[in-house]
Amino acid sequence: MLGSMLEEFQRMNKRQFFYQVLSFGMIVSSALMIWKGLMVVTGSESPIVVVLSGSMEPAFHRGDLLFLTNPTDEPIRVGEIVVFKIEGRDIPIVHRVLKVHEKENGTSKFLTKGDNNRVDDRGLYAPGQLWLTPRDVVGRAKGFLPYVGMVTIMMNEYPKLKYAVLACLGLYVLIHRE
Amino acid sequence: MHTFLTRGNALLTFTLSVLAGLTFFCFLSTALNAYSATATIDTVKVLVKNVPDYSAQKEKQDLGYLMFDLQANLDPLFNWNAKQLFVFLTAEYESLDNKLNQVVLWDKIIQRGENANLDMKNMNTNYYFWDDGNGLRGNSNVTLTLSWNVIPNAGMLSIVRGSGSHSFSFPNEYTNVRAQ
Repeated sequence: MLGSMLEEFQRMNKRQFFYQVLSFGMIVSSALMIWKGLMVVTGSESPIVVVLSGSMEPAFHRGDLLFLTNPTDEPIRVGEIVVFKIEGRDIPIVHRVLKVHEKENGTSKFLTKGDNNRVDDRGLYAPGQLWLTPRDVVGRAKGFLPYVGMVTIMMNEYPKLKYAVLACLGLYVLIHRE
Repeated sequence: MHTFLTRGNALLTFTLSVLAGLTFFCFLSTALNAYSATATIDTVKVLVKNVPDYSAQKEKQDLGYLMFDLQANLDPLFNWNAKQLFVFLTAEYESLDNKLNQVVLWDKIIQRGENANLDMKNMNTNYYFWDDGNGLRGNSNVTLTLSWNVIPNAGMLSIVRGSGSHSFSFPNEYTNVRAQ
């Protein structure tokens, strides 16, 4: 099999090679366009997230996929599942809103709690922080797909797998005739 | 279709396409469901105290206390695409400090297959009813509503508010902390 692959490689001329590279570039930029387009349409900086912890079981398990929207003009209400980031930390947290206090001028603060946790999230917030504000919210979960995100988790936990997959993909696209 | 790799590739692609199609149809089949139901709520024994909330600021804040009755039949809401219902009881009111306050007092997770015909009397709340300030004493319009979040196998997560709410007022006097 390796012998036939090497033969094919030698037979390709320069034009075909550049054509393959261009096709590869088209695929990558299409993916990027779809991702950025989703960011604009949903208003969220991260329109698709993978659930990383088991704090929302049995609704969401590790590896489930969530589709987020972030309509800044719709106020946050209790019961909504929000994805937020604590200032200074990168990891987004997916929990449910437990309390909302909103003032006349529109400023609001709220408290969250994971369904599977015994206590609310005050212990997770930054030291001295008692409430979350709409600024901390990355988006609200509107759609759900089970298991699909496991691929992302496996690639993050075993970086060698990520490089192997990317290398195989790159090789395949560059060599394959179509 | 002769080599092992091409056969494996074709099989994998076909499996993934069929799974994706099935998931999409699963989502479509319940996308337009309303998931509505009525709830009957009543309050028993309503008190308000004024004590420091040690999990938050150190000043004294209003702490409401109540017990409630709840009847709601949520059995008809389950279908093949409804994996779980997250049911929660919200108290909503207005205070001098804040135009809108929403506090979840009680919640329950009901999975498909479990009994969803709720009929409870004299229930205690799961969470403390802390106000952000002192807006509970004498508050004449606190509304209790039951809502549920439908978690599908695949599809849209929707939050539905049940029809049927109950309004009550808090007493004008604080209850002494020691008395119960």
